[in-house]
Amino acid sequence: MWIIEVLGFGQQGWGGLLIAGALMTLCVTIVALLLGAVLGTMVAWAKLSGNRVLSALGNTYTTVFRGVPELLIIYLIYFGGSGAVTAIGRYLGYEGFLGLPSFAAGALAVGIISGAYQAEVYRGAFLAIPKGELEAAEAIGMHRGLRFRRIIAPQVLRFAIPGIGNVWQLSLKDSALVSVTGLADLMRTSQVAAGSTRQYFLFFIAGGCLYLVLTSLSDRLFNRAERRANRSMPSSLGHA
Amino acid sequence: MVHEHSADPAAATVNRLSVRNIRKKFGSLEVLRGISLEAHDGDVISILGSSGSGKSTFLRCINLLEIADEGEIWVDGEHINMVRKHGRNVPASSKQVDHIRAELGMVFQSFNLWSHMTILQNLIEGPVHVLKRPRAECIAEAEALLEKVGIAEKRHAYPAHLSGGQQQRAAIARSLAMKPKVMLFDEPTSALDPELVGEVLRVMRSLAEEGMTMLVVTHEMNFARDVSNRVVFMREGLIDCDGSPAEMFSGATSPAFRQFIGNFRG
Repeated sequence: MWIIEVLGFGQQGWGGLLIAGALMTLCVTIVALLLGAVLGTMVAWAKLSGNRVLSALGNTYTTVFRGVPELLIIYLIYFGGSGAVTAIGRYLGYEGFLGLPSFAAGALAVGIISGAYQAEVYRGAFLAIPKGELEAAEAIGMHRGLRFRRIIAPQVLRFAIPGIGNVWQLSLKDSALVSVTGLADLMRTSQVAAGSTRQYFLFFIAGGCLYLVLTSLSDRLFNRAERRANRSMPSSLGHA
Repeated sequence: MVHEHSADPAAATVNRLSVRNIRKKFGSLEVLRGISLEAHDGDVISILGSSGSGKSTFLRCINLLEIADEGEIWVDGEHINMVRKHGRNVPASSKQVDHIRAELGMVFQSFNLWSHMTILQNLIEGPVHVLKRPRAECIAEAEALLEKVGIAEKRHAYPAHLSGGQQQRAAIARSLAMKPKVMLFDEPTSALDPELVGEVLRVMRSLAEEGMTMLVVTHEMNFARDVSNRVVFMREGLIDCDGSPAEMFSGATSPAFRQFIGNFRG
């Protein structure tokens, strides 16, 4: 009975807070994934540009943000960023500590890391487009923008879906590290609930289950998208 | 539409295609060493030659997939404007390049249909997005073209679900949907299984009979002899000899060409 009470939605229950935490985790991850998509596209483009300076910059980005621990990046952005904001505040005459909003800092940090992984996914997807199809687009008189919009972007997306699904799962779990900034995400909420009720097993298992719900639901979504995108592939013969 | 003509006789008599003294180097390798060719309305010109003779590069230079280092090209009387940069030609206007390409149909050895689009979508892509014509009109024309090349029932299939011969016929239809002035074929049957070659050649033959101006890089000797009205033999980046099929296959041509066709007879 007491389990239902502490996990429930009543006065004593942590259920509502846990669900809110899960939604917060989902929000941080979605914002981070979108930010990472923008950064990743730019970095992939830089690496594919053929320009030596640009591709060196792109390589540096992916090497650094895939090679350094996620937690360090989050500390760097949250505390480093807060330090910078505080310094600016002092310059403007405000005394005392100014924190970066923990949601923004967390989404930014996870987004930057996600961008490094997504860049590699997009680059691989671009290279998977048969060169002849790009040539056919040129030969029919498509200008650069049209080729990108009609031929390149749809195919990059199609080839990128499995890789993006992977990055999504990584980002979802990375977002747990954002709890160090005090953001009330699923990780942080489970921790607080466990601490204040002393039911460590119960709440960490409940938190873990909610993470699994999020990942398995999103997994299903990505699988469906992948099937849809692969309608035109040879392997879908017979199911078309 | 006439872009600044140089005072040149080739431009005065309007050919479908005029090429004057094209040269192309890849690194230190000189692939084209001065090629000139004229195609009148309705000409079907077969370009023969062993691999490495430069025939594909020549075709790719015409629709500017490769840019010739030197030489001049007119398409339907329009001169392709070039500027000199580092001692080689560079197109003066990318707009003109796109416009010229839209007037030239290109059929590739490996079909190159867009794999994420159905056959019908492949056909209307250029007319709708490059020529900006009304979609409904383009669909009607595309369906007629698919009927003509014999794959109307495949219009909602994806390229990967078609045989090579069907894909190449779809690719020809895709080029025709742009209503090109000249069709360029780059070894259109070389990637096909032998039993599928015939269906593609039949489509090309009926195009020739309708009066389409065609340049065909091919190894199909029968097509060159029976369908084209002119045969050009390329060797080491130059036109070794050319003439009507009757002249060329009578045996009274260059020793190199005699040896070349001798190889085909085995």
